[in-house]
Amino acid sequence: MEWETVIGLEVHVQLATQTKIFSGASTRYGAEPNTQACAIDLAMPGTLPVANEEAFRLATMFGLAINADIGKRSVFERKNYFYPDLPKGYQTTQLDEPIVGAGSVDITLDDGSTKSIRIHHAHLEEDAGKSLHEGDFEQGMSGIDLNRAGTPLIEIVSEPDMSNAAEAVAFAKKLHSLVTALGICDGEMSQGSMRFDVNISVRLKGEEKLGTRTETKNLNSFKFMEEAIAMEVERQIDVLEDGGTITQETRLYNGDTKTARAMRSKEEANDYRYFPCPDLLPVIIDDEYIDQIRQQLPELPAARCQRFVEEYSLSEYDANILSDNTHTANFFEETVAITKDAKLSANWIMGELSARLNADEIAISDCPINPTQLANLIERIKDNSISNKIAKQVFDSLWKGEGESADAIIEAKGLKQVSDTGALEGMVDEVISNSGAQVDNYRKADPDKRPKMLGYFVGQVMKASKGQANPKMINEILLKKLNELL
Amino acid sequence: MKHDDIIALAHLARININSDMVDDVTDNINNILSLVDQLQQADTDGVEPMSHPLDASQRLRADEVTEKDQRDSLQSVSPAVESGLFLVPQVIE
Repeated sequence: MEWETVIGLEVHVQLATQTKIFSGASTRYGAEPNTQACAIDLAMPGTLPVANEEAFRLATMFGLAINADIGKRSVFERKNYFYPDLPKGYQTTQLDEPIVGAGSVDITLDDGSTKSIRIHHAHLEEDAGKSLHEGDFEQGMSGIDLNRAGTPLIEIVSEPDMSNAAEAVAFAKKLHSLVTALGICDGEMSQGSMRFDVNISVRLKGEEKLGTRTETKNLNSFKFMEEAIAMEVERQIDVLEDGGTITQETRLYNGDTKTARAMRSKEEANDYRYFPCPDLLPVIIDDEYIDQIRQQLPELPAARCQRFVEEYSLSEYDANILSDNTHTANFFEETVAITKDAKLSANWIMGELSARLNADEIAISDCPINPTQLANLIERIKDNSISNKIAKQVFDSLWKGEGESADAIIEAKGLKQVSDTGALEGMVDEVISNSGAQVDNYRKADPDKRPKMLGYFVGQVMKASKGQANPKMINEILLKKLNELL
Repeated sequence: MKHDDIIALAHLARININSDMVDDVTDNINNILSLVDQLQQADTDGVEPMSHPLDASQRLRADEVTEKDQRDSLQSVSPAVESGLFLVPQVIE
């Protein structure tokens, strides 16, 4: 039997506001427990919500970036359920009249083609607090930290337009790149700034009716998302091929143990008894407000990619990699502004720098080397002060903070390329006189084969110079000297 | 509404209804619902649904921190606190 997978995503994005959506308490990450949870966040009797204008502005920016209709009138609803990290007993959210209507996002697939993923809508809501089950608490107790309670979120709901894990991950990465480029979210997934719920169903190929879906909640890394989807698709196909049926349920994936399990029973989960929140009036925004935001939209990744191709003559491939992450794109542009060499700067950022960031699991925004330092290193390569090989050594020293600049490290470690003709000639003479057999072979060889044989001599000189000899000059001197011996 | 619906609804709302009261509550709720049925016979075509009685829109505030840390005083009414966390009976899904 041939099966087909259908995937839809619900993405929670924490908005980069200073304060909560309905209170003036700070949203700063990492504060002491409950020091940023005020009376409103704690649902103390008699408190009323006061909506934060910035949350609407940031949500509107997202809507404009995906070409969606903006809800000029948006209404808040109460989604009722009991859980200790939700002190009010309901989550204030939007249902029928959200701030962002239907839109779409284009993703690039592995074969280079693009696919449009439709967004059903995106709505504003408040985040819940955090429950801590592990700790030295009294037997049978959990700790509750409500600092996160009331943090503004947009929940982006896609249509079920993705047909495998790779597409879902591409879509998730695209949203990440979009919201960070817009500056509406810090994109720190490890801190929960973006969380993904994945709806998955399978059906026989050619079947029109959708299969019963499950929802895997709260995935906070692209890797876990890919693993969770693969595992769930396999599970559903196994169940169906064994003649079973899929139960509509919420599932949790544990990325550490690579296991998943059902979470809560459906009959309780889906009875949220929504109703319009009497404490909040409809929020009305006008065309003038929307136009003003439209004019302030930053350059988005797709436009930036196009510009990189035109302005810096980069390949589509390179431009795409560099523009995808705003921090990487900024790093690149700041480097090029100094080096005036787009290709070399791109190569260093996509090569050595990316490899090192990946290896050390550091985000480029926390990179220990700044664009000025990298540019300085690239300039020294360009003016032949150092070879590529030595440059990697200098890069390593910069990374470890062994010097303020490439210049300082080159100076301190005496790595400057030897371009002094006299010194190089001396080294070449030494190598030639120590390599009688190779020189003999060279002389007897067919002239066509000689250029290849030169490599050995170059290598020996490089070794003698500890990698610091100017390779272009060695080549010239070697050729001259060897030809004299012919 | 049947008995089972009332029991399920009471559970969702965390309201405790003694078993000998379920009959009464069911009758009462059904009476209220029949009143709603009556209301629903009114012709509302072309009438915009009203989510709020006030013909006004929400005022928005600037994104500035106005709340200070008041953890000590806010937690003084809490039955159990540890390391700044509120303690609650464990609920794990």
